[in-house]
Amino acid sequence: MPQLGSFAVLFALALGVYALVAGGLALLRPDAVGERLGETARRAGIATFFAVVLAALCLVTAAFQNDFSLAYIYHHSNRDLPLPYKFAALWSGQEGSLLFWSLLLATYGLVLRLRHNVDRRLFAYASVIIAGVQVFFLLLVNFAANPFAMMQGALPADGAGLNPLLQYPEMVIHPPMLYLGYVGFTVPFAFALGALMMRYPGEKWIHITRRWTMVTWGFLTCGIFLGAHWAYSVLGWGGYWAWDPVENASLMPWLTGTAFLHSVMMQEKRGMLKIWNMWLIFATFLLCIFGTFLTRSGVVSSVHAFAQSSIGNWFVGFLALTFAVCVAAFVKNRSHLQSENRLESLVSRESSFLFNNLILLVACFTVLWGTLFPILSEWVQGHKVTVGPPFFNRVNIPVALLLLLLTALGPLLAWRKTSFESLKRNFSIPAAAAVATAIILIAFGMRPWTAQSALYSLMTICLAVLVTVTVFSEFVRGGRVIARHTGQNLFAGMARLAHRNTRRYGGYIVHFGVALVMIGLAGSAFNQDKEKEMGYGDRMTVGAYTLTCRSYTQDDKPNYRSEWAILDVTENGKPLTTLYPERRFYKASQQMATMVANRSTLKEDLYVVYEGVNEDTGRPIIKAHLNPLVMWIWLGWLTMVGGTMLCMVPEAARVPLAAPAPVRATAAAEAGD
Amino acid sequence: MPASRKLVLRRAAHLALLCLAIFAFLGAGDENARFNDLGHRLMCVCGCNQILLECNHVGCNYSEHMRDELIAAINHGDNDDLVLQAFIQKYGTTVLSAPTHQGFNRVAWLVPYLALVLGLGVVVMVVNAWGRKPPPPPAGRGSGDPDLEPFRSQAQRETEI
Repeated sequence: MPQLGSFAVLFALALGVYALVAGGLALLRPDAVGERLGETARRAGIATFFAVVLAALCLVTAAFQNDFSLAYIYHHSNRDLPLPYKFAALWSGQEGSLLFWSLLLATYGLVLRLRHNVDRRLFAYASVIIAGVQVFFLLLVNFAANPFAMMQGALPADGAGLNPLLQYPEMVIHPPMLYLGYVGFTVPFAFALGALMMRYPGEKWIHITRRWTMVTWGFLTCGIFLGAHWAYSVLGWGGYWAWDPVENASLMPWLTGTAFLHSVMMQEKRGMLKIWNMWLIFATFLLCIFGTFLTRSGVVSSVHAFAQSSIGNWFVGFLALTFAVCVAAFVKNRSHLQSENRLESLVSRESSFLFNNLILLVACFTVLWGTLFPILSEWVQGHKVTVGPPFFNRVNIPVALLLLLLTALGPLLAWRKTSFESLKRNFSIPAAAAVATAIILIAFGMRPWTAQSALYSLMTICLAVLVTVTVFSEFVRGGRVIARHTGQNLFAGMARLAHRNTRRYGGYIVHFGVALVMIGLAGSAFNQDKEKEMGYGDRMTVGAYTLTCRSYTQDDKPNYRSEWAILDVTENGKPLTTLYPERRFYKASQQMATMVANRSTLKEDLYVVYEGVNEDTGRPIIKAHLNPLVMWIWLGWLTMVGGTMLCMVPEAARVPLAAPAPVRATAAAEAGD
Repeated sequence: MPASRKLVLRRAAHLALLCLAIFAFLGAGDENARFNDLGHRLMCVCGCNQILLECNHVGCNYSEHMRDELIAAINHGDNDDLVLQAFIQKYGTTVLSAPTHQGFNRVAWLVPYLALVLGLGVVVMVVNAWGRKPPPPPAGRGSGDPDLEPFRSQAQRETEI
C-alpha cells in the first residue's frame, strides 16, 4: 500500500506538470494543434484527480490497517483509535493535510474541467492556473512532506496515537470544511487571473464564479465556526475565540472574501471597482496560502498548530511567485480594468460598499498586523512581545461596531444617490427599535457606564437590533408589494419575494445571522466563573445555579482512562439536570484532554470543566463558567449558512406583476438593492 | 438657525459630554476588579498561550504562583504600573498580554487606527474625485457588448424588487 501511494502521488505530480506545461503552451497557440494540446492538458488535469484520490485511499487504508511501517500512520494513529478518527488521520498531520489539500484542489479542478464547455478559452486559462497551484502542493507532498515516508528501524507494535484534542466528533468535519474554504478560493482566483491575462471582456468571469465564491465562502464560514465550537467544547477554558494565530489565519481570507462578495456587486451592476475586485480576490487567495504558511512554518506559536515543520520556505517561495505573476498580469493588462461609471454621491449604495470594504480590509489588516507584530518586535527591539486578546479586542471591537452600523445602513441606501428624506423614512423605525432596546436593557439592569466591555456590549446589541429590524423591514416592504399583487398573505408574499431574488434576500438573511452572532459575542462581557474543590455533597453556586457533587469516579477504556464527576444542578432551588464533566488520559499519546459538560440555553451556558484532582485530598477540582448568550453565536452561524444556501438557489421565474404599485416605486427606487 | 435646531444641538453636546464623563470614570473599581483587570493583562508563562486568569491547567505551577504573586502585590498597595513592571522583570516582556504604550510598542496600537483613518481619507478623496470627473469610455468591448447583456440584466434583476 505505501508503495502504491508513493507511486500515485508521483504520478499525480507528473500529470499535474503536464497539465500546467501543455495547457500553458496550448494557450500560446490559438490553432488546431494548440486546441488538441489543450484537450490533452485538460484530460491530464482530470487524471490528476484520480491519481490523488488513489493516494488518499492508500493513506486511509493504511490507517485502517494499522500499517505502522508508515511514519505518518505511526505518528497519528494507534490500534485502539476509533474508526472515524482513523479516517480523520488523513488531515491530522502535516503530510496528510497537504495531501488532503491536493485532493480537494484536484476535486475542484475536476468539476471545473468537466464544465469547460461553458467557456472553453476562459476555462483553459483557469485550468492551467489551478494546475500550477496543484503542482506546488504535489511537489510538497512528494519532496518536502511525504505522507508515505517509511519508519526507520524496527516496526513498532502500536502507533503514538492521535492528538487527544483532535479526538472529538467535530474534528472529523471541521478541517475538511476549513480546507474546502481555503482551497475553494483557488477557483475564483484562477478565473480572475485568467480573465485578466486574456483580457476577458466584461464581468462574465464574475458570473461564472459567483456560485463557486459563495460555496467557498460558506465552507470557510462553517470551518471557522466549527473550529470555534470545537475550541469551546474541547479546550475547556470557557471561550471560543482566543485570537490565536491559527484562528487569525482563517479569519483573514474570510474578511477579504466577504469584502469581495460585496464589492463584486458594484462591478456587476455598474462596471465599477474592477481593479479593486481583481486585487481583492488575489489577496484572498494569497491570504489562504499565507495562513497555511503561518500555521505550518512555526514562525508564530499557536496552541492549534498541530503540524509544523520546515516547509515554510516552500510557501514563501510560492507566495512570492504567485504575487509576482499577479503583479505582472496586472501591469500588462491594467488598461483593461477601467471603470465604466463613477460614484455620484457619498450617500449611496456604492459608497456604502466602499466603506464596507474599507472596514473589512482594516479589520483584516489589524488581524495580520497583530499576528505578525511579535516577529516585527523581535526584529526591531530584539525581544518578542505578546499580542493577545486584549489587543485584538480593543482594536477590532470599534471596527466591528462600525461594520455592524454599515450592515444596517447599506440595504437602506439606493444605488447612485439617496435622498436624506428617504433615508430618514426608512431608517426611523430601525433606529427607534435600537434606542428602545438600549432603554429596555438599561431598565433591566445593564450598566454600560460601569465598564467599557458593558458599554461595547450594549452598543453591539443595539446595532444588532438595528440590523435585524432593517432586514425584516426590507422583507416586509417587498412582501407587501407581492402580497398586494397576488392576493397572498404577507408571509407567502415574503417567501415568494425571497424566491424571486434569492441572492439579495439570501444576503439579508446572512446579515441577520451576523447580527445574531454579534449578540452572542456581546454576552461575553458578562461571563462569570468559579472554581472549587468538590467532595461528596459539596456545593458551588454560580449565578442562579447550584452544583452539588453527587459522586466522582474513574473508568478505563481501550483508548483512554477517564475520571469524571457527577454533579446535580439546581436553578433557584429547583432540580434542573445532572452534568458529567470529564477528563481523559489518552494512553497512546500520554496526553490529557477535557470533555466539558455544558448546559446550553438561549439565555446562557452553564459550562462545567473537570480540571483534575487535588493530589493531597483526592477530590476533584471543578470550574464552572456562566457564559451568557453563547447559543446565539451558533444560531447565527446556522442562519448565515441558511442565507448562503438561499443565495445559491436558482431564482423563480419572474411573472410580471399585474400593475405597478406606488410602493414598488418607492421601495425599488429609494431603497434600491 | 431655528431655535429648535439649536436646542437639538445643545442636547447632542450634553449627551457627548455625558459619554465622555462615562469613559473618564471607567477605570474606577475595587481590589477584585483590579485583580481581574491585571490578571487579564498578563499571560500564563507555562507555554499554554492563555491569559493568566484563563489558564485552566490544573497543577500549572506557573499560573497558581503568578496569581498568588498578583494578589500579594495588590494587597501590598502597589499601583498597576509597579505590579506589571515587577512581572516583566521576573518573567520577561512576553508576560504582558498586549504591547505596552511605550517606545516602539506604541506602533502596534497606532498603526491599525492610522490605517482606518488613512483608508477613510482615501475613500472620501476617491469619492470626491470621481464626483468631479466624467466617466471614461469603457475599455475593450465594454458595456455595449451584446454578449454581456444577459449578465447585466441578471445583475439588474438581482438588485431590484
